[in-house]
Amino acid sequence: MSKQVTLTIDDQEVTVEEGTVIVDAAKSIGINIPVFCYHPKMEPVGMCRMCLVEVGRPVRDRETGEFMRDDEGNIKVEFGKNLETACTVPICEGMVVRGMTEKVKRGREAILEFFLTSHPLDCPICDKGGECSLQELSLHHGLGVSRFPYTKKMHLEKHVPLGDLITLDQERCIQCGRCIRFQKNIVDDPVLEFYHRSRHTEIVSCSNPKFDSYWSGNTTDICPVGALTTNDFRFEARIWEMDQSPSICSHCPVGCNLTIDHRREPKSGRREIQRVMPRQNEWVNEIWICDKGRFAHHFTVDENRLTHPLVRSGDGSLRPATWEKALDRAVEGLRAADGELLTLVGGRLANEDLFHLRYLNDGLGGQVALYSTMAGGDLVAQVGLGKGSNLGDLGEGDAILIAASDLEEEAPLWWLRVKAASERGAALIVANPRKTKTDRYANHQIRYAYGEESETVMDLLGGEGEAARAFAEADNAIVFFGSEGLDYARSRVLAQACANLLIKTGHVGRANNGLVGVWPRANTQGAWDMGFRPHQSLPEVLDGKKALYIAAADPVGDGLVEDISDLFVVVQELFLTETAQQADVVFPAKAVTEKAGTFTSGERRVQRFEPVVPARGDVLEDFAIASKVGELLGLEMPNGSAAAVMEQIAKQNPDYADVTLSGLREVKEQWPIIVPKDYAYIGTAYKNTSGLGMQLSPFSERAKVNPGEASLGRQMPEADLVAVPVTRLYDQGSMIRDLDVLQPRLLDPQVFLSPQDAERKGVQEGEMVDFDLGGRTYRLKLSLQDDIPAGTALVPRSLGVPLEGPAGVDISPAGEDR
Amino acid sequence: MTDYILLRHRDIPDIGQLDVYREHGGFNSFKKAVTSMDRTEVTEIVKASGLRGRGGAGFPTGLKWSFMDDNNWPHYVVANADESEPGTFKDREIMEGNPLQFLEGVMIAAYAVDAHTAYIYLRGEYWHIGDLLDEKLAELRKAGLLGEGLFGTDYALDLHTHLGAGAYICGEETALLESLEGKRGFPRLRPPFPPSYGLYGKPTVVNNVETLANVPLILKNGAQWYQDLGTEDTAGVKVFSLSGRVKKPGNYEMRFGSTLRELIYERGGGILDDAEIKAIMPAGASSSVLKATDDVLDTPVDHASMRALGSDLGSGSIIVLDETVSMDWVIKKTINFFNHESCGKCTPCREGNHWMKYLTESIHAGALDDGKVNLLYEVASNMQGKCLCALGEFSTMAVKTSIDRFPDDFKVEE
Repeated sequence: MSKQVTLTIDDQEVTVEEGTVIVDAAKSIGINIPVFCYHPKMEPVGMCRMCLVEVGRPVRDRETGEFMRDDEGNIKVEFGKNLETACTVPICEGMVVRGMTEKVKRGREAILEFFLTSHPLDCPICDKGGECSLQELSLHHGLGVSRFPYTKKMHLEKHVPLGDLITLDQERCIQCGRCIRFQKNIVDDPVLEFYHRSRHTEIVSCSNPKFDSYWSGNTTDICPVGALTTNDFRFEARIWEMDQSPSICSHCPVGCNLTIDHRREPKSGRREIQRVMPRQNEWVNEIWICDKGRFAHHFTVDENRLTHPLVRSGDGSLRPATWEKALDRAVEGLRAADGELLTLVGGRLANEDLFHLRYLNDGLGGQVALYSTMAGGDLVAQVGLGKGSNLGDLGEGDAILIAASDLEEEAPLWWLRVKAASERGAALIVANPRKTKTDRYANHQIRYAYGEESETVMDLLGGEGEAARAFAEADNAIVFFGSEGLDYARSRVLAQACANLLIKTGHVGRANNGLVGVWPRANTQGAWDMGFRPHQSLPEVLDGKKALYIAAADPVGDGLVEDISDLFVVVQELFLTETAQQADVVFPAKAVTEKAGTFTSGERRVQRFEPVVPARGDVLEDFAIASKVGELLGLEMPNGSAAAVMEQIAKQNPDYADVTLSGLREVKEQWPIIVPKDYAYIGTAYKNTSGLGMQLSPFSERAKVNPGEASLGRQMPEADLVAVPVTRLYDQGSMIRDLDVLQPRLLDPQVFLSPQDAERKGVQEGEMVDFDLGGRTYRLKLSLQDDIPAGTALVPRSLGVPLEGPAGVDISPAGEDR
Repeated sequence: MTDYILLRHRDIPDIGQLDVYREHGGFNSFKKAVTSMDRTEVTEIVKASGLRGRGGAGFPTGLKWSFMDDNNWPHYVVANADESEPGTFKDREIMEGNPLQFLEGVMIAAYAVDAHTAYIYLRGEYWHIGDLLDEKLAELRKAGLLGEGLFGTDYALDLHTHLGAGAYICGEETALLESLEGKRGFPRLRPPFPPSYGLYGKPTVVNNVETLANVPLILKNGAQWYQDLGTEDTAGVKVFSLSGRVKKPGNYEMRFGSTLRELIYERGGGILDDAEIKAIMPAGASSSVLKATDDVLDTPVDHASMRALGSDLGSGSIIVLDETVSMDWVIKKTINFFNHESCGKCTPCREGNHWMKYLTESIHAGALDDGKVNLLYEVASNMQGKCLCALGEFSTMAVKTSIDRFPDDFKVEE
């Protein structure tokens, strides 16, 4: 534990860790020192000069080093001539800080008056109005009158597109530099800078494309004024019109905590989502979210959402039907299948949905499958992160291994947290066939050829290399395994290799140690925990089946099966997917924002989301649909409240034994402290009042876990060019492909090659190429990247190419016509 | 004059040539230091000489060198040749006329703090001096005065020049370091000061050109010799840049303790058209303006005496104003400068100068009602003590002292 220092702020004594700044020390005892440029998540810069206080330091005897005392025995304190900035002055034992004197009051008035000489005072049309630091601080600390002539204000550009997602109002900008520092220091996308000087100083983006970052939305949260706004929310609603509901992000396995702002629309009378904001959870996402999580919510109101059940009619077309009719049809078909049923589920479903679907399937004697090419959820349940883990705790003496993952693309927030752990001194080992952004922070970079991922991880075991030693000797160690270039079989072996490494080096069964799956979906881990497993080959497992019950998966659209018309198919979906188009019955499901439930994150934190807005159309929760089908089939379904369902889950899965609704809703005091209305300190991220979730305890905390067999016995395809699947954040997944707001950032269907291979194949950057895979040709855009190994083509998932794993392919200049 | 110490090129025309400089004892001090003196010995001599920084703050040079953090390596020396204070042009003449003495000073400083790399940061407009210094540095390398294994010891040293891009703020030592690192010229928070956290976060001595140019002769002639040249407060000699309403503006090398009267009337030839002297700005645009009374004119100049008069010596750029000049015009000019040069980092300076520009312009344009003058005074006062670096503080000096000391210039003429 580091040294503690006691100081006095406004007559209150406070003891804090050495190195704490006065602003934070004050915050911890409920004193809000006004700030603009200071942010508790960033290094102080002392630019705005708002946090001025009087600072007194105890006088020490030069000879003895003892405090000097006055006649009454009180320690002599000397105050400086000038006010000092409370965000930069290092504290010392016996320091006396005065933040309420006349001198301080005058100083703050002066600084605010300076700000307001330039600020446009267009609060009535400013999106920040109502949650603005400058408004709040002017109200509490300002002069109340303006001595600068309004007509002499400098006028600057008010609609500067800083990037595709963010608009800058130059007049409102107070040059605090928080956005610049966030981009530089927190997320390492240094794409913003100051330009010009003096009163002409402005914020510019210096990247191409502009503001090229997955994190841009966060700058609007920490912007103390309305200078930075998202194009999505700009001019959409006033702050005070909106209500808040807690939610969990459904786009990746991190499980970022969200607060969703919504209001009743004056015209339609409908309640609609206005914006998605981070909700503080220092164990998960701190106060940040990525742009996908912030902007992708529009899929919930996509006009193509299914709004009523569909049933295949006599003429072969899908026709709208009542629930009663659709349910009857489903029951009839499922009964006829007589147990020859496969229930296929996707990882966007909530635990409660999965639990009900499992019940339904088991009651019918069917087989279950998880729609995923990633394995290892069972191993994560055994040797996953210990209860009480927090990536924020990792630092000096600890180690993190990232295996086969482009972490920022697959799970952005984890990238940010791992980066911070590395900066705190944790040894970061990055094992990947090509360079990723994570490499910037790697203490040990391991490059292997695609296909050698598990051997590479096993080499770390007992290896003599520095990376192996760093991992073995670490106090705490965590392994993230992803899906870079992997199919199911390879993923299975890699997960086992990672588990073995953790078991053999003793990094299991306790907090801040264990295995994390960088899953493709928000609740893939929950699906494993509810008993669903992927299968190596979907056509194989479908063999002999008579019925297929699919929830949240689109195997036809993804090209993994072609024709399912000879099966009786029931689909629960948000959209009329290609799979749904072949179904006999289609049930319209509620989106995550329309229902309650829980997700289990990759860190095995169970987190609850609540309904935010009412659903449009005649739709039901996935669990409710399963429940209705089951009841009509005469099965006993786990009905009841969310709490009751959670109780039943807890009964069936010992890992979930301690999970209760009230437990999920528990909150603790977090640092940095968020005080309502103190936007200046933290920005507009919301305080967490609705629950931090509960981290599960892995099996290894209760019993010994042994390493397993981790050999593949399978070679990479012998081919002159091997395509491997990789994951990119902005793909063409069904939840984001139609979003206007993200459209400019989404990837076109494309393939990535090294310049050498492109030359060999006679194809050029940016042109369309023919991509031959398994006898079919796809027309894709070609992009070149220097760090791709020779003989390898990278194909991002969810861009329309059904590449499940490494496969021999050919690339040629685009032919005349396909 | 035949006893120039800094402007020796006025006595010895070709002293800028390496052979001539060496004929006059050039680089003997550096050689002596490297071959026969302990590093701390060099620092101690400079300390004992009483040499104080000539960039404006007047900080004791040897003391600064002794602050270098010996637990953090490498060390750097940076010569501040950004000379940008309005009215200052002394470093330019030293570097143009007597460049080798300045370079030798840099080299001795580098040896004293065990730096193997030193940089000379020149304001962008001094590109021609950059070219000249690069030429000289090439000659020094060729002559074996720079490079590895100097004079047969294991000491290695090289010097590099670097041009700024035209910002006044980059004369502030921490903004200079940022700029030298390739970043935007924003001043850093101090503390930490450069001797503990400087260039690339390493201990760094930043010294003004004139300061460093003194060092070779201090080493040659000894600390006592230098002490004896000046006053008790400030040792040695100073190159004063005299400008404004004088007959013979220019650089004048004088001992500390000389009077302003000597400088302005004897050396500078007196006031243009023999008009009445009105005010003196002893530190360029950053000055607290002094009323040119007999007391002021007859005060022996050094740091302490200027402070006692309610001003500052700064870098010794003496701007003389006579009865034809009105102070409202003067501050309009200085504020125009500071508003243009404010780096924009801290609020009071960025916004305050913008505001003061508006006020000084309207006051000069005739809006001499009390309200505006009082407001200007208050704005300047509100800036004081709140800025991040000295630039913001300096911008208020002339404003407040002009209003205080020349109230008539801010009143409506009856």
